[in-house]
Amino acid sequence: MDDTKRYERLRERFQNGDISRRRFFGLLGAAGAAYGLQMPFARQALAAGDVSQVRFDGWGGVVSEAFRKHAFDPYTDKTGIKVIDGTFPGGDEYLALVRASQPGEYNIAHLSGVFDYARYHSFDLTSELNLANIPNMANVMPALMNAFKSITPDSLSAAPYDYGTTGLAYNRKFISDEEMREKGAKILIDEKHKGKIGGWSDWRTRMWYAALQTGQDPNNIEDTEAAWEAVRKHRDLALKYWASGAELMSLLAEEEIHVTEGWSGRIFALQEQGHDIGYYDPPNGFGWQECLFVLKGSPMSACEELLNFMLDKETSIAVAEGQSYPPALDPTKVDLGDKIPKLPAFDPTGTLSGLTFANPAYWNGNEAEWSKEFGRVQRGY
Amino acid sequence: MSIEQREARQPWILLSPALAAIVMLLIVPLVFIVVYSFWLKSAAGADTPGFFLDNWQEALTDPFYRDILLNTLKIAAITTLVCALLGYPAAFFIARSQGNKVGLLVLLMLPFWISYIIRTMSWINILGVSGALNSAMIWLGIINEPIQMLYNETTVILGLVHFLLPFMVLNIFVSLDGIDTNLEDAASSLGATRWQGFLQVTLPLSLPGLAAGGLLCFVLSAGTYITPVILGGPRDAMFANLVYEAIIRQLNWPLGSALSLLLLAVLGVLVIIYNRYLGMAQLAKGLG
Repeated sequence: MDDTKRYERLRERFQNGDISRRRFFGLLGAAGAAYGLQMPFARQALAAGDVSQVRFDGWGGVVSEAFRKHAFDPYTDKTGIKVIDGTFPGGDEYLALVRASQPGEYNIAHLSGVFDYARYHSFDLTSELNLANIPNMANVMPALMNAFKSITPDSLSAAPYDYGTTGLAYNRKFISDEEMREKGAKILIDEKHKGKIGGWSDWRTRMWYAALQTGQDPNNIEDTEAAWEAVRKHRDLALKYWASGAELMSLLAEEEIHVTEGWSGRIFALQEQGHDIGYYDPPNGFGWQECLFVLKGSPMSACEELLNFMLDKETSIAVAEGQSYPPALDPTKVDLGDKIPKLPAFDPTGTLSGLTFANPAYWNGNEAEWSKEFGRVQRGY
Repeated sequence: MSIEQREARQPWILLSPALAAIVMLLIVPLVFIVVYSFWLKSAAGADTPGFFLDNWQEALTDPFYRDILLNTLKIAAITTLVCALLGYPAAFFIARSQGNKVGLLVLLMLPFWISYIIRTMSWINILGVSGALNSAMIWLGIINEPIQMLYNETTVILGLVHFLLPFMVLNIFVSLDGIDTNLEDAASSLGATRWQGFLQVTLPLSLPGLAAGGLLCFVLSAGTYITPVILGGPRDAMFANLVYEAIIRQLNWPLGSALSLLLLAVLGVLVIIYNRYLGMAQLAKGLG
């Protein structure tokens, strides 16, 4: 019997005069108190039973809008399961929230990078997906699946969903295509653009581009001091470190900055809005793949159903077109339509061999030292 | 149970909900933070429980943290001073206005109805390259090219003043409103000019309100996090930003706990000094 039925029966007894008003309100109060007390501890239990909602956290802005419109709302219409979508400005912030939460409180996250998958695994936050419940996973590019399998060979906690690059975004009113191609990553440390340069306040991106600026392999930086010097130089020339995709778009659109590194999909969205913003992936530019990561303690069947729904060809293409990032679907197996092949970073071969991804072992191994060092360098040290 | 015993218990019964809330929402979390500050972050990810002084040693001896803390206190002091200079005339005007005092107080409280973040972000639309100020100056022919006004320490202080000014005005207003205006008339009748009357009568009597507003502005600005993020440049950071970075970006909760307790201790000392000389009653009046 559900709570509504219980309440209706109680009210009926009260209206029939079987119980006094004092007792009726007393029982209502007791029920309220019991409900309030049991809820924080019951989430996990509820997760295993009837599921009425699933929590999804993503990057906000146009990305969340695309997910809501093309995936969550149709999924709710189909299954009756509500998708509560939250946002985060970065993977670090979200991991901190998840670590402070109860299992089951957060369910699915739109995580970026295989290094994030490895980090969640190291914190024992991985779940085990039953791939039999996600038949649409068969259409996903093997290259994306293998990256995750290298970390959890026996099981998967996530479904690859899209990919993109962090390339160079520039305002064509002030920087020509020729200048951008000539200078490449070094344009971010070019004195000529002092005070009009931006950058993401993310230590990985800063170090990745510092490696490119000092002619090093981002996945094997040998002269770290030279790289930190490049980070310092960029800091001194930069007007602002942006902290979210929305801020990136605003800074470029308002012409506060003329050049920055930026996320391919967000820059494409700016171009679609009519802004004359160029985008260039320099050699060894930062490639990344995003996944739908199911956290330990989540209602697995509902999450698997949602993942399968999101990987459905129609949904996946609609979301990809909405968020401007190519989907994880293998273009050699699935016809992706006309728009997706025009998106930045799109790889028609389905191998992604043209993109350079962060080596999770290398970057996670340096995380403690470099994230702390960046905090100091950022402040003038 | 005797009547005396029942009367002695009654205040505690009435206070118990508030005390329970303070214990559960303030004391217990604080104890957790204290305990955490003695743990260590392990390279593998999970924290190492124990009693280690490494975080405290780092927080207290590393010049990086000392410099940022001093810079935070400097920004808080400048903000407080600017708030006092701007807030006193406004509070004086409200306290001495006839008839429309309530209306003016409502206007003063109006900004609180809008989110602090939205209020802070509004400066981007005012001071930005394509913001209202630059557009107006270009339109008026004062400048040809937009001036870069955003993303520096000055805009951080501006944002903080915008946020904290009402707190200062309210505290000074409460103090000024309680001063008997006959005292100023008495000073005038004894030959003092209006300025002398203000300096020797009104200002000294309103100092508790000024101090209470100053304490509030200082503590709130020293603990701010979001203003430097929105309005600051790459280098601009306050101590709370370091706490955020340690906990969120570096996932180093033990060090973040030690840093947050350090900031709490520094600000706590200020509150204790204030309480020693002026008492907390004035602060309660201003907040009430």
